[in-house]
Amino acid sequence: MEIALSRQLQMQAALAPPRRRARRSRKSIVPGFGLTMGFTLTWLSLIVLLPLSALFIRAAGLGWSEFLAVGLSERALAAYRVSFGTAIAAASINAVSGLLCAWVFVRYEFPGKRVLNAMIDLPFALPTAVAGIALTALYSPNGWIGRFFEPLGIKIAYTPIGITIALIFISLPFIVRSVEPVLADVRKDVEEAALSLGARPWQVFLRVILPAILPALLTGFALALARAIGEYGSVIFIAGNMPYKSEIAPLLIVTQLEQYEYAAATAIATVLLLASFAMLLLINGIQTWTSRKVEQ
Amino acid sequence: MSAPSLPGDAPSVRLGLILVAVLFIGFFLVLPLVAVFAQALAKGLAAYGAAIIEPDAVAAIKLTLLVAAISVPLNVVFGVCAAWAVAKFDFRGKSILVTLIDLPFSVSPVVAGLVYVLLFGAQGWFGPWLMEHGVRIIFAVPGLVLATILVTFPFVARELIPLMQEQGRADEEAALALGASGFRTFLRVTLPNIKWGLLYGVLLCNARAMGEFGAVSVVSGHLRGLTNTVPLHVEILYNEYNFAAAFAVASLLALLALVTLVLKTSLEWKFGYSHRSAR
Repeated sequence: MEIALSRQLQMQAALAPPRRRARRSRKSIVPGFGLTMGFTLTWLSLIVLLPLSALFIRAAGLGWSEFLAVGLSERALAAYRVSFGTAIAAASINAVSGLLCAWVFVRYEFPGKRVLNAMIDLPFALPTAVAGIALTALYSPNGWIGRFFEPLGIKIAYTPIGITIALIFISLPFIVRSVEPVLADVRKDVEEAALSLGARPWQVFLRVILPAILPALLTGFALALARAIGEYGSVIFIAGNMPYKSEIAPLLIVTQLEQYEYAAATAIATVLLLASFAMLLLINGIQTWTSRKVEQ
Repeated sequence: MSAPSLPGDAPSVRLGLILVAVLFIGFFLVLPLVAVFAQALAKGLAAYGAAIIEPDAVAAIKLTLLVAAISVPLNVVFGVCAAWAVAKFDFRGKSILVTLIDLPFSVSPVVAGLVYVLLFGAQGWFGPWLMEHGVRIIFAVPGLVLATILVTFPFVARELIPLMQEQGRADEEAALALGASGFRTFLRVTLPNIKWGLLYGVLLCNARAMGEFGAVSVVSGHLRGLTNTVPLHVEILYNEYNFAAAFAVASLLALLALVTLVLKTSLEWKFGYSHRSAR
Protein backbone atom coordinates (compact mmCIF):
# COMPACT_ATOMS: atom_id res chain seq x y z
CA MET A 1 0.00 0.00 0.00
CA GLU A 2 2.74 2.42 0.94
CA ILE A 3 4.73 1.49 -2.13
CA ALA A 4 1.75 1.96 -4.41
CA LEU A 5 1.17 5.36 -2.88
CA SER A 6 4.73 6.50 -3.35
CA ARG A 7 4.63 5.30 -6.98
CA GLN A 8 1.58 7.41 -7.54
CA LEU A 9 3.20 10.43 -5.93
CA GLN A 10 6.27 9.94 -8.08
CA MET A 11 4.15 9.87 -11.20
CA GLN A 12 2.38 13.04 -10.22
CA ALA A 13 5.63 14.81 -9.51
CA ALA A 14 6.99 13.70 -12.86
CA LEU A 15 3.82 14.82 -14.58
CA ALA A 16 3.81 18.18 -12.85
CA PRO A 17 5.33 20.53 -15.41
CA PRO A 18 2.92 20.60 -18.33
CA ARG A 19 4.96 23.06 -20.37
CA ARG A 20 3.44 22.94 -23.81
CA ARG A 21 4.79 24.43 -26.97
CA ALA A 22 2.41 26.22 -29.28
CA ARG A 23 0.88 23.74 -31.70
CA ARG A 24 2.05 24.26 -35.21
CA SER A 25 0.50 23.32 -38.49
CA ARG A 26 2.39 21.20 -40.99
CA LYS A 27 2.70 23.77 -43.79
CA SER A 28 4.47 27.07 -43.45
CA ILE A 29 4.25 30.23 -45.52
CA VAL A 30 7.41 31.52 -43.85
CA PRO A 31 10.14 31.88 -46.49
CA GLY A 32 13.86 31.23 -46.28
CA PHE A 33 13.96 27.52 -45.56
CA GLY A 34 16.28 26.72 -48.47
CA LEU A 35 18.61 29.62 -47.72
CA THR A 36 18.93 29.17 -43.95
CA MET A 37 19.00 25.38 -44.08
CA GLY A 38 21.57 25.41 -46.86
CA PHE A 39 23.81 27.82 -45.00
CA THR A 40 23.39 25.94 -41.71
CA LEU A 41 24.33 22.59 -43.24
CA THR A 42 27.26 24.03 -45.23
CA TRP A 43 28.72 25.90 -42.26
CA LEU A 44 28.16 22.96 -39.92
CA SER A 45 29.90 20.61 -42.35
CA LEU A 46 32.84 22.93 -43.00
CA ILE A 47 33.53 23.92 -39.40
CA VAL A 48 32.50 20.84 -37.40
CA LEU A 49 31.74 17.69 -39.39
CA LEU A 50 34.55 17.64 -41.96
CA PRO A 51 37.34 18.45 -39.49
CA LEU A 52 36.06 15.86 -37.00
CA SER A 53 35.72 13.19 -39.68
CA ALA A 54 39.25 14.06 -40.82
CA LEU A 55 40.36 12.92 -37.38
CA PHE A 56 38.57 9.58 -37.78
CA ILE A 57 39.94 9.06 -41.29
CA ARG A 58 43.48 9.79 -40.08
CA ALA A 59 42.95 7.35 -37.20
CA ALA A 60 41.60 4.70 -39.58
CA GLY A 61 44.70 5.21 -41.74
CA LEU A 62 46.86 4.09 -38.83
CA GLY A 63 45.59 0.51 -38.93
CA TRP A 64 44.49 -1.49 -35.90
CA SER A 65 47.86 -2.57 -34.59
CA GLU A 66 49.43 0.88 -34.69
CA PHE A 67 46.26 2.50 -33.35
CA LEU A 68 46.27 0.17 -30.35
CA ALA A 69 50.03 0.53 -29.86
CA VAL A 70 49.97 4.34 -29.65
CA GLY A 71 46.37 4.93 -28.54
CA LEU A 72 46.46 2.40 -25.73
CA SER A 73 50.15 2.64 -24.77
CA GLU A 74 51.06 2.40 -21.07
CA ARG A 75 51.37 6.17 -20.83
CA ALA A 76 48.08 6.77 -22.67
CA LEU A 77 46.24 4.28 -20.46
CA ALA A 78 47.60 6.03 -17.36
CA ALA A 79 46.43 9.37 -18.80
CA TYR A 80 42.91 8.02 -19.41
CA ARG A 81 42.84 6.70 -15.85
CA VAL A 82 43.77 10.13 -14.48
CA SER A 83 41.36 11.96 -16.81
CA PHE A 84 38.35 9.69 -16.33
CA GLY A 85 39.01 9.08 -12.62
CA THR A 86 39.27 12.75 -11.68
CA ALA A 87 36.36 13.67 -13.97
CA ILE A 88 34.09 11.06 -12.38
CA ALA A 89 35.19 12.14 -8.89
CA ALA A 90 34.53 15.82 -9.64
CA ALA A 91 31.16 15.18 -11.31
CA SER A 92 30.09 12.95 -8.39
CA ILE A 93 31.06 15.56 -5.79
CA ASN A 94 29.19 18.16 -7.82
CA ALA A 95 26.15 15.92 -8.12
CA VAL A 96 25.81 16.34 -4.33
CA SER A 97 27.02 19.93 -3.92
CA GLY A 98 25.30 21.10 -7.11
CA LEU A 99 22.02 19.58 -5.99
CA LEU A 100 22.49 21.23 -2.60
CA CYS A 101 23.13 24.64 -4.21
CA ALA A 102 20.11 24.23 -6.52
CA TRP A 103 17.98 23.22 -3.51
CA VAL A 104 19.06 26.27 -1.51
CA PHE A 105 18.39 28.63 -4.45
CA VAL A 106 14.96 27.18 -5.23
CA ARG A 107 13.57 26.58 -1.73
CA TYR A 108 15.03 29.26 0.53
CA GLU A 109 15.21 33.04 0.69
CA PHE A 110 18.25 34.66 2.25
CA PRO A 111 20.21 37.91 1.82
CA GLY A 112 22.71 37.82 -1.04
CA LYS A 113 20.98 34.91 -2.73
CA ARG A 114 20.74 36.52 -6.16
CA VAL A 115 24.41 37.54 -6.21
CA LEU A 116 25.43 34.07 -5.09
CA ASN A 117 23.22 32.54 -7.76
CA ALA A 118 24.83 34.74 -10.41
CA MET A 119 28.27 33.58 -9.25
CA ILE A 120 27.37 29.99 -10.21
CA ASP A 121 27.94 30.95 -13.86
CA LEU A 122 31.43 32.28 -13.16
CA PRO A 123 33.13 29.13 -14.51
CA PHE A 124 31.31 29.69 -17.83
CA ALA A 125 32.58 33.26 -18.04
CA LEU A 126 36.06 33.01 -16.53
CA PRO A 127 38.71 31.85 -19.01
CA THR A 128 40.02 28.44 -18.03
CA ALA A 129 43.66 29.52 -17.94
CA VAL A 130 42.80 32.23 -15.40
CA ALA A 131 40.93 29.71 -13.26
CA GLY A 132 43.91 27.39 -13.55
CA ILE A 133 46.55 29.81 -12.28
CA ALA A 134 44.21 31.16 -9.58
CA LEU A 135 43.48 27.68 -8.20
CA THR A 136 47.18 26.81 -8.33
CA ALA A 137 48.00 29.95 -6.36
CA LEU A 138 45.38 28.99 -3.75
CA TYR A 139 46.25 25.32 -3.36
CA SER A 140 50.05 25.30 -3.80
CA PRO A 141 51.93 24.47 -0.56
CA ASN A 142 52.40 28.16 0.32
CA GLY A 143 49.00 29.30 -1.03
CA TRP A 144 46.05 30.64 0.99
CA ILE A 145 44.47 27.20 1.31
CA GLY A 146 47.38 24.88 0.54
CA ARG A 147 49.38 26.09 3.56
CA PHE A 148 46.81 24.62 5.93
CA PHE A 149 47.13 21.19 4.32
CA GLU A 150 50.92 21.23 3.98
CA PRO A 151 51.59 20.55 7.73
CA LEU A 152 49.11 17.65 7.57
CA GLY A 153 51.21 16.06 4.84
CA ILE A 154 48.45 16.57 2.24
CA LYS A 155 49.58 17.90 -1.10
CA ILE A 156 46.73 19.28 -3.20
CA ALA A 157 48.36 21.15 -6.08
CA TYR A 158 50.44 19.03 -8.47
CA THR A 159 48.49 15.85 -7.56
CA PRO A 160 45.22 14.28 -8.82
CA ILE A 161 43.47 16.02 -5.86
CA GLY A 162 44.39 19.35 -7.47
CA ILE A 163 43.08 18.15 -10.83
CA THR A 164 39.80 17.15 -9.17
CA ILE A 165 39.45 20.57 -7.54
CA ALA A 166 39.95 22.31 -10.90
CA LEU A 167 37.33 20.03 -12.45
CA ILE A 168 34.90 20.71 -9.57
CA PHE A 169 35.30 24.42 -10.34
CA ILE A 170 34.58 24.15 -14.06
CA SER A 171 31.76 21.57 -13.91
CA LEU A 172 29.64 22.91 -11.01
CA PRO A 173 27.32 25.14 -13.10
CA PHE A 174 26.29 22.25 -15.38
CA ILE A 175 24.63 20.42 -12.49
CA VAL A 176 23.13 23.45 -10.73
CA ARG A 177 21.65 24.85 -13.95
CA SER A 178 20.26 21.46 -15.00
CA VAL A 179 18.56 20.74 -11.67
CA GLU A 180 17.29 24.24 -10.73
CA PRO A 181 14.36 24.59 -13.20
CA VAL A 182 13.13 21.02 -12.66
CA LEU A 183 13.33 21.32 -8.87
CA ALA A 184 11.33 24.55 -9.08
CA ASP A 185 8.60 22.64 -10.95
CA VAL A 186 8.19 19.91 -8.32
CA ARG A 187 4.75 20.46 -6.84
CA LYS A 188 4.65 21.18 -3.15
CA ASP A 189 1.08 19.91 -2.78
CA VAL A 190 2.30 16.44 -3.71
CA GLU A 191 4.92 16.66 -0.97
CA GLU A 192 2.31 17.88 1.49
CA ALA A 193 0.04 15.00 0.53
CA ALA A 194 2.86 12.55 1.20
CA LEU A 195 3.50 14.20 4.59
CA SER A 196 -0.14 14.12 5.60
CA LEU A 197 -0.22 10.43 4.73
CA GLY A 198 2.52 9.86 7.26
CA ALA A 199 5.76 9.98 5.28
CA ARG A 200 8.81 11.38 7.09
CA PRO A 201 10.50 14.42 5.45
CA TRP A 202 13.47 12.33 4.28
CA GLN A 203 11.06 9.80 2.78
CA VAL A 204 9.35 12.60 0.90
CA PHE A 205 12.73 13.70 -0.40
CA LEU A 206 13.79 10.20 -1.45
CA ARG A 207 10.45 8.97 -2.79
CA VAL A 208 8.87 12.12 -4.25
CA ILE A 209 11.45 14.79 -4.96
CA LEU A 210 14.49 12.74 -5.97
CA PRO A 211 12.68 10.63 -8.62
CA ALA A 212 11.29 13.79 -10.20
CA ILE A 213 14.67 15.53 -10.48
CA LEU A 214 16.75 12.43 -11.21
CA PRO A 215 16.71 12.77 -15.04
CA ALA A 216 17.86 16.41 -14.74
CA LEU A 217 20.51 15.43 -12.22
CA LEU A 218 21.78 12.67 -14.53
CA THR A 219 21.81 15.03 -17.51
CA GLY A 220 23.80 17.55 -15.50
CA PHE A 221 26.15 14.81 -14.37
CA ALA A 222 26.76 13.68 -17.97
CA LEU A 223 27.32 17.26 -19.13
CA ALA A 224 29.74 17.86 -16.27
CA LEU A 225 31.55 14.63 -17.02
CA ALA A 226 31.87 15.41 -20.74
CA ARG A 227 33.29 18.83 -19.96
CA ALA A 228 35.64 17.52 -17.27
CA ILE A 229 37.10 14.73 -19.42
CA GLY A 230 38.11 17.15 -22.14
CA GLU A 231 39.15 20.04 -19.90
CA TYR A 232 42.65 21.41 -20.44
CA GLY A 233 43.22 25.05 -19.48
CA SER A 234 42.19 24.99 -15.84
CA VAL A 235 43.92 21.66 -15.17
CA ILE A 236 47.42 21.90 -16.63
CA PHE A 237 48.66 24.53 -14.17
CA ILE A 238 47.53 22.71 -11.04
CA ALA A 239 48.18 19.16 -12.32
CA GLY A 240 51.94 18.89 -12.06
CA ASN A 241 51.79 16.95 -15.33
CA MET A 242 53.89 13.97 -14.24
CA PRO A 243 53.57 11.17 -16.81
CA TYR A 244 51.74 8.11 -15.34
CA LYS A 245 50.69 10.13 -12.23
CA SER A 246 49.11 13.48 -12.94
CA GLU A 247 49.12 13.73 -16.73
CA ILE A 248 45.65 14.16 -18.26
CA ALA A 249 44.78 12.81 -21.72
CA PRO A 250 44.29 16.22 -23.41
CA LEU A 251 47.74 17.27 -22.20
CA LEU A 252 49.24 14.05 -23.59
CA ILE A 253 47.78 14.97 -27.01
CA VAL A 254 49.50 18.35 -26.85
CA THR A 255 52.79 16.78 -25.71
CA GLN A 256 52.71 14.22 -28.55
CA LEU A 257 51.88 16.95 -31.05
CA GLU A 258 54.82 19.07 -29.91
CA GLN A 259 57.09 16.05 -30.51
CA TYR A 260 55.58 15.58 -34.00
CA GLU A 261 54.07 12.23 -32.91
CA TYR A 262 50.97 12.76 -35.05
CA ALA A 263 49.90 9.12 -34.92
CA ALA A 264 49.80 9.05 -31.12
CA ALA A 265 48.05 12.45 -30.91
CA THR A 266 45.45 11.30 -33.45
CA ALA A 267 44.81 7.98 -31.69
CA ILE A 268 44.40 9.54 -28.22
CA ALA A 269 42.18 12.29 -29.62
CA THR A 270 40.00 9.63 -31.27
CA VAL A 271 39.54 7.85 -27.95
CA LEU A 272 38.52 11.16 -26.30
CA LEU A 273 36.16 11.99 -29.15
CA LEU A 274 34.51 8.57 -28.85
CA ALA A 275 34.06 9.24 -25.13
CA SER A 276 32.37 12.57 -26.03
CA PHE A 277 30.01 10.77 -28.42
CA ALA A 278 29.17 8.24 -25.71
CA MET A 279 28.31 11.14 -23.34
CA LEU A 280 26.10 12.77 -25.99
CA LEU A 281 24.27 9.49 -26.58
CA LEU A 282 23.80 9.11 -22.84
CA ILE A 283 22.35 12.63 -22.53
CA ASN A 284 20.00 12.10 -25.46
CA GLY A 285 19.00 8.73 -24.03
CA ILE A 286 18.12 10.31 -20.68
CA GLN A 287 16.07 13.00 -22.40
CA THR A 288 14.13 10.52 -24.57
CA TRP A 289 13.51 8.37 -21.51
CA THR A 290 12.23 11.38 -19.53
CA SER A 291 9.90 12.64 -22.23
CA ARG A 292 8.51 9.12 -22.61
CA LYS A 293 7.94 8.91 -18.86
CA VAL A 294 6.11 12.24 -18.93
CA GLU A 295 3.94 11.17 -21.87
CA GLN A 296 2.83 7.95 -20.15
CA MET B 1 5.86 14.95 18.64
CA SER B 2 6.54 17.96 16.46
CA ALA B 3 4.38 18.63 13.43
CA PRO B 4 5.93 17.15 10.32
CA SER B 5 7.39 19.72 7.94
CA LEU B 6 8.34 19.60 4.28
CA PRO B 7 11.83 18.27 3.57
CA GLY B 8 14.37 20.91 4.52
CA ASP B 9 11.79 23.18 6.12
CA ALA B 10 12.99 22.70 9.69
CA PRO B 11 14.81 25.95 10.69
CA SER B 12 18.02 24.17 11.71
CA VAL B 13 18.17 22.18 8.47
CA ARG B 14 17.43 25.31 6.46
CA LEU B 15 20.20 27.30 8.15
CA GLY B 16 22.67 24.44 7.86
CA LEU B 17 22.07 23.89 4.15
CA ILE B 18 22.31 27.61 3.36
CA LEU B 19 25.56 27.79 5.30
CA VAL B 20 27.07 24.81 3.48
CA ALA B 21 26.05 26.20 0.06
CA VAL B 22 27.45 29.65 0.88
CA LEU B 23 30.73 28.16 2.11
CA PHE B 24 31.03 25.85 -0.91
CA ILE B 25 30.42 28.65 -3.42
CA GLY B 26 32.67 30.95 -1.43
CA PHE B 27 35.57 28.51 -1.37
CA PHE B 28 35.28 27.07 -4.86
CA LEU B 29 34.05 30.02 -6.93
CA VAL B 30 34.56 33.36 -5.15
CA LEU B 31 37.95 32.74 -3.58
CA PRO B 32 39.75 31.96 -6.90
CA LEU B 33 38.35 35.20 -8.33
CA VAL B 34 39.58 37.17 -5.31
CA ALA B 35 42.96 35.44 -5.60
CA VAL B 36 43.39 36.68 -9.19
CA PHE B 37 43.06 40.33 -8.16
CA ALA B 38 45.08 39.91 -4.96
CA GLN B 39 47.98 38.31 -6.82
CA ALA B 40 47.74 40.84 -9.65
CA LEU B 41 48.21 43.72 -7.22
CA ALA B 42 50.77 41.90 -5.04
CA LYS B 43 53.67 43.92 -6.44
CA GLY B 44 51.83 47.23 -6.45
CA LEU B 45 49.95 49.33 -8.97
CA ALA B 46 53.06 50.36 -10.93
CA ALA B 47 54.03 46.76 -11.69
CA TYR B 48 50.39 46.05 -12.54
CA GLY B 49 50.26 48.87 -15.06
CA ALA B 50 53.64 47.96 -16.54
CA ALA B 51 52.56 44.36 -17.15
CA ILE B 52 49.49 45.53 -19.04
CA ILE B 53 51.04 48.19 -21.28
CA GLU B 54 54.08 46.08 -22.16
CA PRO B 55 54.21 45.63 -26.01
CA ASP B 56 53.67 41.84 -25.99
CA ALA B 57 50.64 42.23 -23.75
CA VAL B 58 49.19 44.96 -25.96
CA ALA B 59 49.77 42.79 -29.04
CA ALA B 60 48.01 39.90 -27.30
CA ILE B 61 45.03 42.11 -26.38
CA LYS B 62 44.76 43.37 -29.97
CA LEU B 63 44.91 39.82 -31.34
CA THR B 64 42.25 38.58 -28.91
CA LEU B 65 39.95 41.46 -29.89
CA LEU B 66 40.57 40.70 -33.59
CA VAL B 67 39.83 36.99 -33.22
CA ALA B 68 36.63 37.70 -31.27
CA ALA B 69 35.60 40.40 -33.77
CA ILE B 70 35.74 37.85 -36.59
CA SER B 71 34.43 34.72 -34.88
CA VAL B 72 31.52 36.16 -32.84
CA PRO B 73 29.70 37.81 -35.82
CA LEU B 74 30.15 34.65 -37.90
CA ASN B 75 28.60 32.63 -35.08
CA VAL B 76 25.73 35.14 -34.84
CA VAL B 77 24.94 34.74 -38.55
CA PHE B 78 25.12 30.97 -38.23
CA GLY B 79 23.11 30.92 -35.02
CA VAL B 80 20.27 33.02 -36.46
CA CYS B 81 20.18 30.95 -39.67
CA ALA B 82 20.21 27.65 -37.81
CA ALA B 83 17.52 28.79 -35.36
CA TRP B 84 15.34 30.07 -38.20
CA ALA B 85 15.62 26.77 -40.08
CA VAL B 86 15.03 24.64 -36.99
CA ALA B 87 12.30 26.70 -35.31
CA LYS B 88 10.18 27.91 -38.22
CA PHE B 89 9.97 24.71 -40.26
CA ASP B 90 9.19 21.04 -39.80
CA PHE B 91 11.51 18.52 -41.34
CA ARG B 92 12.86 15.05 -40.72
CA GLY B 93 16.06 14.64 -38.78
CA LYS B 94 15.61 17.89 -36.83
CA SER B 95 16.76 16.39 -33.55
CA ILE B 96 19.87 14.98 -35.23
CA LEU B 97 20.68 18.44 -36.60
CA VAL B 98 20.28 20.01 -33.14
CA THR B 99 22.50 17.31 -31.60
CA LEU B 100 25.18 17.97 -34.23
CA ILE B 101 25.04 21.71 -33.55
CA ASP B 102 25.56 20.89 -29.86
CA LEU B 103 28.44 18.54 -30.59
CA PRO B 104 31.33 21.04 -30.12
CA PHE B 105 30.23 21.53 -26.48
CA SER B 106 31.30 18.01 -25.61
CA VAL B 107 34.48 17.92 -27.71
CA SER B 108 37.69 18.60 -25.82
CA PRO B 109 39.17 21.98 -26.83
CA VAL B 110 42.48 20.25 -27.49
CA VAL B 111 40.79 17.89 -29.95
CA ALA B 112 39.11 20.91 -31.59
CA GLY B 113 42.53 22.45 -32.19
CA LEU B 114 44.08 19.17 -33.29
CA VAL B 115 41.57 18.53 -36.11
CA TYR B 116 42.63 21.77 -37.80
CA VAL B 117 46.31 20.87 -37.41
CA LEU B 118 45.53 17.55 -39.11
CA LEU B 119 43.82 19.42 -41.96
CA PHE B 120 46.00 22.49 -42.47
CA GLY B 121 49.27 21.79 -40.62
CA ALA B 122 52.56 20.97 -42.35
CA GLN B 123 51.73 17.25 -41.99
CA GLY B 124 48.05 17.79 -42.77
CA TRP B 125 45.95 17.01 -45.85
CA PHE B 126 46.05 20.53 -47.28
CA GLY B 127 49.38 21.47 -45.67
CA PRO B 128 51.68 20.97 -48.66
CA TRP B 129 49.28 22.72 -51.04
CA LEU B 130 48.90 25.68 -48.68
CA MET B 131 52.68 25.87 -48.26
CA GLU B 132 53.16 26.01 -52.04
CA HIS B 133 50.75 28.88 -52.31
CA GLY B 134 52.23 30.74 -49.36
CA VAL B 135 49.07 30.56 -47.21
CA ARG B 136 49.53 30.06 -43.47
CA ILE B 137 46.59 28.84 -41.42
CA ILE B 138 48.20 26.95 -38.55
CA PHE B 139 50.49 29.07 -36.37
CA ALA B 140 48.72 32.12 -37.81
CA VAL B 141 45.56 34.18 -37.29
CA PRO B 142 43.25 32.09 -39.57
CA GLY B 143 43.95 29.00 -37.45
CA LEU B 144 43.15 30.91 -34.26
CA VAL B 145 39.88 32.12 -35.77
CA LEU B 146 38.89 28.63 -37.02
CA ALA B 147 39.61 26.99 -33.67
CA THR B 148 37.68 29.74 -31.85
CA ILE B 149 34.68 29.39 -34.17
CA LEU B 150 34.61 25.65 -33.56
CA VAL B 151 34.62 25.85 -29.76
CA THR B 152 32.06 28.69 -29.67
CA PHE B 153 29.96 27.14 -32.45
CA PRO B 154 26.76 26.25 -30.51
CA PHE B 155 26.46 29.31 -28.22
CA VAL B 156 24.14 31.57 -30.23
CA ALA B 157 22.18 28.78 -31.95
CA ARG B 158 21.64 27.00 -28.62
CA GLU B 159 20.19 30.14 -27.07
CA LEU B 160 17.93 31.01 -30.00
CA ILE B 161 16.51 27.62 -31.03
CA PRO B 162 14.36 26.97 -27.90
CA LEU B 163 13.36 30.65 -27.73
CA MET B 164 12.17 30.78 -31.35
CA GLN B 165 10.48 27.39 -31.06
CA GLU B 166 8.48 28.68 -28.10
CA GLN B 167 7.47 31.81 -30.01
CA GLY B 168 6.19 29.76 -32.95
CA ARG B 169 5.66 31.42 -36.31
CA ALA B 170 2.28 33.12 -35.97
CA ASP B 171 3.82 36.62 -35.79
CA GLU B 172 5.84 36.07 -38.96
CA GLU B 173 2.85 34.60 -40.77
CA ALA B 174 0.75 37.64 -39.86
CA ALA B 175 3.43 40.02 -41.18
CA LEU B 176 3.79 38.02 -44.39
CA ALA B 177 0.03 37.86 -44.90
CA LEU B 178 -0.08 41.65 -44.60
CA GLY B 179 2.39 41.88 -47.47
CA ALA B 180 5.78 42.32 -45.81
CA SER B 181 8.75 40.76 -47.56
CA GLY B 182 10.57 37.87 -45.92
CA PHE B 183 13.61 39.93 -45.00
CA ARG B 184 11.50 42.81 -43.68
CA THR B 185 9.53 40.33 -41.60
CA PHE B 186 12.77 39.08 -40.10
CA LEU B 187 14.04 42.60 -39.32
CA ARG B 188 10.80 44.05 -37.97
CA VAL B 189 9.11 41.03 -36.37
CA THR B 190 11.56 38.25 -35.58
CA LEU B 191 14.58 40.31 -34.55
CA PRO B 192 12.71 42.38 -31.91
CA ASN B 193 11.27 39.13 -30.52
CA ILE B 194 14.63 37.45 -30.12
CA LYS B 195 16.89 40.42 -29.29
CA TRP B 196 17.45 39.56 -25.62
CA GLY B 197 18.12 35.93 -26.36
CA LEU B 198 20.49 36.96 -29.11
CA LEU B 199 22.31 39.38 -26.82
CA TYR B 200 22.55 36.66 -24.20
CA GLY B 201 24.07 34.23 -26.68
CA VAL B 202 26.50 36.86 -27.97
CA LEU B 203 27.66 37.65 -24.41
CA LEU B 204 28.46 34.02 -23.61
CA CYS B 205 29.94 33.41 -27.06
CA ASN B 206 32.20 36.45 -26.71
CA ALA B 207 33.38 35.47 -23.23
CA ARG B 208 34.36 32.05 -24.48
CA ALA B 209 35.93 33.42 -27.68
CA MET B 210 38.15 35.84 -25.77
CA GLY B 211 39.02 33.35 -23.07
CA GLU B 212 39.52 30.18 -25.11
CA PHE B 213 42.78 28.49 -24.24
CA GLY B 214 43.07 24.80 -25.19
CA ALA B 215 41.99 24.91 -28.84
CA VAL B 216 43.87 28.13 -29.52
CA SER B 217 46.97 26.84 -27.75
CA VAL B 218 47.24 23.88 -30.15
CA VAL B 219 47.05 25.97 -33.35
CA SER B 220 48.91 29.07 -32.18
CA GLY B 221 52.55 28.00 -32.04
CA HIS B 222 53.01 30.60 -29.26
CA LEU B 223 54.81 33.18 -31.37
CA ARG B 224 55.22 36.12 -29.02
CA GLY B 225 53.68 39.33 -30.31
CA LEU B 226 52.31 37.48 -33.36
CA THR B 227 50.01 34.56 -32.46
CA ASN B 228 49.68 34.93 -28.70
CA THR B 229 46.20 35.71 -27.50
CA VAL B 230 45.69 37.06 -23.97
CA PRO B 231 45.14 33.64 -22.32
CA LEU B 232 48.26 32.27 -24.05
CA HIS B 233 50.23 35.35 -22.93
CA VAL B 234 49.13 34.61 -19.36
CA GLU B 235 50.42 31.05 -19.70
CA ILE B 236 53.82 32.18 -20.99
CA LEU B 237 54.27 34.75 -18.22
CA TYR B 238 53.23 32.17 -15.63
CA ASN B 239 55.63 29.54 -16.95
CA GLU B 240 58.41 32.15 -16.81
CA TYR B 241 57.64 32.50 -13.08
CA ASN B 242 56.60 36.10 -13.76
CA PHE B 243 53.56 35.58 -11.50
CA ALA B 244 52.63 39.21 -10.79
CA ALA B 245 52.56 40.03 -14.52
CA ALA B 246 50.69 36.80 -15.34
CA PHE B 247 47.99 37.64 -12.78
CA ALA B 248 47.89 41.28 -13.88
CA VAL B 249 47.06 40.24 -17.46
CA ALA B 250 44.76 37.51 -16.13
CA SER B 251 42.87 40.13 -14.11
CA LEU B 252 41.83 41.76 -17.40
CA LEU B 253 40.19 38.48 -18.38
CA ALA B 254 38.65 38.18 -14.92
CA LEU B 255 37.21 41.68 -15.35
CA LEU B 256 35.77 40.61 -18.70
CA ALA B 257 34.18 37.63 -16.95
CA LEU B 258 32.69 39.88 -14.26
CA VAL B 259 31.29 42.32 -16.83
CA THR B 260 29.81 39.36 -18.72
CA LEU B 261 28.20 38.04 -15.54
CA VAL B 262 26.78 41.45 -14.58
CA LEU B 263 25.31 42.05 -18.05
CA LYS B 264 23.95 38.52 -18.23
CA THR B 265 22.40 38.76 -14.77
CA SER B 266 20.87 42.16 -15.45
CA LEU B 267 19.31 40.73 -18.62
CA GLU B 268 17.77 38.02 -16.48
CA TRP B 269 16.57 40.38 -13.75
CA LYS B 270 15.37 43.33 -15.84
CA PHE B 271 13.72 41.56 -18.71
CA GLY B 272 12.78 38.35 -16.99
CA TYR B 273 14.83 36.59 -19.60
CA SER B 274 15.53 33.09 -18.42
CA HIS B 275 18.48 30.97 -19.39
CA ARG B 276 17.44 28.50 -22.07
CA SER B 277 20.01 25.79 -21.67
CA ALA B 278 22.22 24.45 -18.95
CA ARG B 279 25.38 25.28 -20.88
